[in-house]
Amino acid sequence: MSGHALARTASSIRVEAVTKSFERGVPALDAVTLDVEAGEFFTLLGPSGCGKTTLLRVLAGLEEPDTGRVEIGGRSMAGVPPHRRSVNTVFQSYALFPHRNVRQNIGFGLEMQGVPGAEIAERSQAIAGLTGIGTLLERDVAQLSGGQRQRVALARALVNEPDVLLLDEPLSALDAGLRAHLQLELKRLQRRLGMTFVFVTHDQEEAMVMSDRIAVLNAGRIAQVDTPQGVYEAPADLFVARFMGHENFVPIRQRDATGVDTAIGRLDGDFAAGSHLLLRPEAIRLDSDARQVPNRFMARVSERLYRGGTTEYRLDCGDIQLMASCANRGQPGHEVGETVEVGVSDRGTATLSD
Amino acid sequence: MSVLRRETRHMLFTVAPGALFILVFLVLPSVYLVGMAFLSSGPYGLPTLPLSLQSFRELAGFGFLGWSPGNLYTLIRSVWQTLLATALVILLAYPAAYYISTRPARWRPLMLLAIVVPSWTNQVIRSVGWMNIFAPGTPVSDLAALLGLTAPQMGLFPSQFAVIVGLVYNFLPFMVLPLYAAFERLDTEQVEAARDLFASPVAVFRHAVFPQTLPGLMAGIVLVAIPAFGMYVVTELLGGGKATMIGNLVARQFAQASNWPLGAAGAMIMIAVTLIGLKVLRDLGRRLSGDREVVL
Repeated sequence: MSGHALARTASSIRVEAVTKSFERGVPALDAVTLDVEAGEFFTLLGPSGCGKTTLLRVLAGLEEPDTGRVEIGGRSMAGVPPHRRSVNTVFQSYALFPHRNVRQNIGFGLEMQGVPGAEIAERSQAIAGLTGIGTLLERDVAQLSGGQRQRVALARALVNEPDVLLLDEPLSALDAGLRAHLQLELKRLQRRLGMTFVFVTHDQEEAMVMSDRIAVLNAGRIAQVDTPQGVYEAPADLFVARFMGHENFVPIRQRDATGVDTAIGRLDGDFAAGSHLLLRPEAIRLDSDARQVPNRFMARVSERLYRGGTTEYRLDCGDIQLMASCANRGQPGHEVGETVEVGVSDRGTATLSD
Repeated sequence: MSVLRRETRHMLFTVAPGALFILVFLVLPSVYLVGMAFLSSGPYGLPTLPLSLQSFRELAGFGFLGWSPGNLYTLIRSVWQTLLATALVILLAYPAAYYISTRPARWRPLMLLAIVVPSWTNQVIRSVGWMNIFAPGTPVSDLAALLGLTAPQMGLFPSQFAVIVGLVYNFLPFMVLPLYAAFERLDTEQVEAARDLFASPVAVFRHAVFPQTLPGLMAGIVLVAIPAFGMYVVTELLGGGKATMIGNLVARQFAQASNWPLGAAGAMIMIAVTLIGLKVLRDLGRRLSGDREVVL
């Protein structure tokens, strides 16, 4: 359709000991250091107030860090205002200009850079095609659905071919179906363009589906940086584990060469040092499956949630509650109040510190 | 059907008092005024038959001594002084409204109050205040003379300058308030989006702030320009005959000059100019809001 191919520019990002406080003195960012590789889909994950949006705004230049430095593409960003950074942002509320139509919104950044009108038209058309809004160019923003607005916001940022694209919870306002669809689309687009994406979300599933690497933030600090698998299967601490959706934490009382003493009893196996044992739902086996693993004990079913493909059981083991997830294979399952035999394998577990 | 009829009846009941009010206090007086403008001036200046266009001829400058441009000058001066005063009010009110809207929430009502409080005092008294500031021999006037802005001993009052100052001072609150309201609900994400999309500070204002505050600006212009155009007190007191506006011309016909039909004709011209001004403003607003703005 157009002769203009999107340039494959991508920049690495280096954030070094960045601290940022707002009025109340509690730092929003506390000595944050991280590296994002060029062309990476990098996600900042954490609960609201953890500093992820502040970090994104520091990268965009909308906030100046109190201390520390930011480099994008090897160039220091100290004192560089947002309009002089080759960084563009997709805002959470999209922040489209309501007095401009779709074409004028998409062309805004190029217009501000003094790109000739013919080139703006051509590039806007091309990016609109790529983001699936090629037929909406003459529409007013007010006439668009949420998903369409999201695409316009994305196109408006991408058309500038930034070295880094920042996305601030861009999918959080959309309903679940559309969201899942756009997650895939966004991921594909990023791979195709080879652009560096820094994506902010509080949704751990979204983060896992989309990211090359995830940084989990907690109270202004980086708790862990790893691949989705690394963050999920080997969380660095209790906070990360909870945030990634894990529910089964068993305090460790003592550890020796052959296993650990825990609040639910003795578990044999090769466990690392730590204060808590994390049992992923799939590590907890019931019934005949339980007999295949060495560590077994009895527990009472206190709750049962049928989820179609799986059934989840909440189990009382003394003071500890565990959550088990069993594939439904036509067996009758267990009733609430029943006592069942539970097995824990040392695979599917991890040890955590506080 | 009966539901519809009941709604219609209900509507009649709710609309009737307002409609009656407008009829009695706006439509009838306007009709009376228009009628009066086309009558002749009788004893004591009261309108009498026959119908005549004499008032309009006089307004256009045709008097006993042939044609003179005085009235036309007054009309042009009225428009010019209104535009100048409104422009100055906008220049002062924009930063003021922005500044107040960015202060901590507990200070804002107090600052707004400080802007509004002076307008609780009678316009005459406030104008006399300016007379005292601008009179010959005051520090302000002496400073102006020292800088060579006025002849020595002349003072800054009476003058067109004093009238403009008086107009700006009087109408500033009516611009600050609607602009403040616009700034207070400014979508700052749009501003940040513009900054993020390579807009310089000037371009940020032009493309992200101005369009959002345009409704407030429009409201402010209507609230400032219309009463300024009809201003009587300030021009009378601070102008000393050097900066009379059409309001003074009309007032004179109903008082000293005793020519009610001429006054009515003047009032008609005022209304006509105001309506034209509103139309121009509306078209301008539509253009500025970028309804069909061309991408440069």
